[in-house]
Amino acid sequence: MKIVRYVLYDILRSRMIIGYTAFLLLISAALFATESNASKSVLNLLNIVLIIVPLVSVIFTTIHYYNSYQFIELMLAQPIERIRLLLSEFMGVVLSLSVAFMLGIGVPILLFSADASGISLLFSGILLTLIFSSIAFWVAAVTQDKAKGIGVALMLWFYFSLIYDFLVLFLMFTFNDYPLEKAMLGFTALNPIDLGRVFVMLQMDVSAMMGYTGAIYKAFFGSALGMSFAIGVMVLWAVVPLYFAVRVFKRKDF
Amino acid sequence: MIDIQNISKRFGKLKALDGVSATFNEGQAVSLIGPNGSGKTTLIKCLLGMVIPDDGVMRFKGTDVTSTCDYRRDIGYMPQIGRYPDNMRISQIFDMMIDLRKSHNILLDEELLDAFDLKKQFDKPMRTLSGGTIQKVSACLAFLFDPSVLILDEPTAGLDPVASEILKAKVLKEKKRGKLILMTSHILSDLEEMTTDVMYLQDGKMQFFKPVEELKAATNENRLARAIASVMTGGVSFKMNGHATSLTLKELSIKI
Repeated sequence: MKIVRYVLYDILRSRMIIGYTAFLLLISAALFATESNASKSVLNLLNIVLIIVPLVSVIFTTIHYYNSYQFIELMLAQPIERIRLLLSEFMGVVLSLSVAFMLGIGVPILLFSADASGISLLFSGILLTLIFSSIAFWVAAVTQDKAKGIGVALMLWFYFSLIYDFLVLFLMFTFNDYPLEKAMLGFTALNPIDLGRVFVMLQMDVSAMMGYTGAIYKAFFGSALGMSFAIGVMVLWAVVPLYFAVRVFKRKDF
Repeated sequence: MIDIQNISKRFGKLKALDGVSATFNEGQAVSLIGPNGSGKTTLIKCLLGMVIPDDGVMRFKGTDVTSTCDYRRDIGYMPQIGRYPDNMRISQIFDMMIDLRKSHNILLDEELLDAFDLKKQFDKPMRTLSGGTIQKVSACLAFLFDPSVLILDEPTAGLDPVASEILKAKVLKEKKRGKLILMTSHILSDLEEMTTDVMYLQDGKMQFFKPVEELKAATNENRLARAIASVMTGGVSFKMNGHATSLTLKELSIKI
């Protein structure tokens, strides 16, 4: 895949990815330095990662896509398949975001807290990078206008990190006379950020604090079946938007 | 060499191309002519697969290439407005294209590169280049891989007279070598020296596709520009596919 090389080359030149790495490194250094209990640091880190990683993935991907428009146009007149071109762009973006994440969060965690919860945090961070880049590619492929594309992508991030939880809370209060615990499992699957959170929390023994719902989560996601369900659904969250992005891109006029 | 049948494209309500069919052969230098927005660039982009037609078939050297990409190996394209990654240098653009396109042992055609003396500016980033220099880069890239089809969209627009003459000489040379050349331009005098055939588009419809000689004879004009003007103002009607097509375009008769 020669094109990936040129995509990576272009990304490294923009310095945005270096800033992202430095920012993540700063956060993890600060958290591990101020807190003597490493697993508590991981919990704090989790809350920050769940907000920052999807946000940066979404913004970086859309900006990169629109900035690469000239490159894409140039490539389209060459004997290169469109699907190969888009997947190369995707791989370039995901690869550089993942490397930044592994340097900024991964290295400190492996140094100070390389246990099950730390590793699962890295795992879900990478998956969230994949998922939100994939969603952003779809948005960017559909939307012609740069400002609108970034706006829509940000709205989706806002929805998944805040609005969705409010909606679920609202449902819980409205229907609190009914047993909703099983339904909550389903609701979690509909939000990749929630899935990422549950996935890490269950490795931390803090699920006891989540009450009866937490116990149900533990019973389900604690099992091998539950784990593979969570991973499977997250992979779906990455693959499905990317599939739609390719479909739109293949029919697009330049 | 290229055979298109019934190519149609809509952009929303606008019919950019409406059932265009034609056959282009080697050694031909076809000029696409028509008013702004008549579908010239859309047609070119359809040939390149950058715009995907709603309908129609395209054959390249006998094989159906609708929605494939490999045939583009044999096409050199010079866009109307060349757009290149801002932070790459000229030399990097060339290295990248050579890396991506050169699969078998074809000799690179660097004749234009030398004629434009572009190698002197190889270290300049693309974003610092003037419009004319970008056009030179586009032209060099189009000819670089010695393709058998050249598609040139407004090739001389933005070039200085010297560069424009160099490019025209190169086009003539490649035409003589038996290549197919497709080009658009509003500068009819530029086309005059290069063209063998004229395709006239209006509102996405092909009005006629004739050899230059036939056109000149029909209009009793010996210069292409006048012949086209005469057609555009509605002086002549052509027989196409058995139907008389009369052109009633009054845009040239604006009183000054």
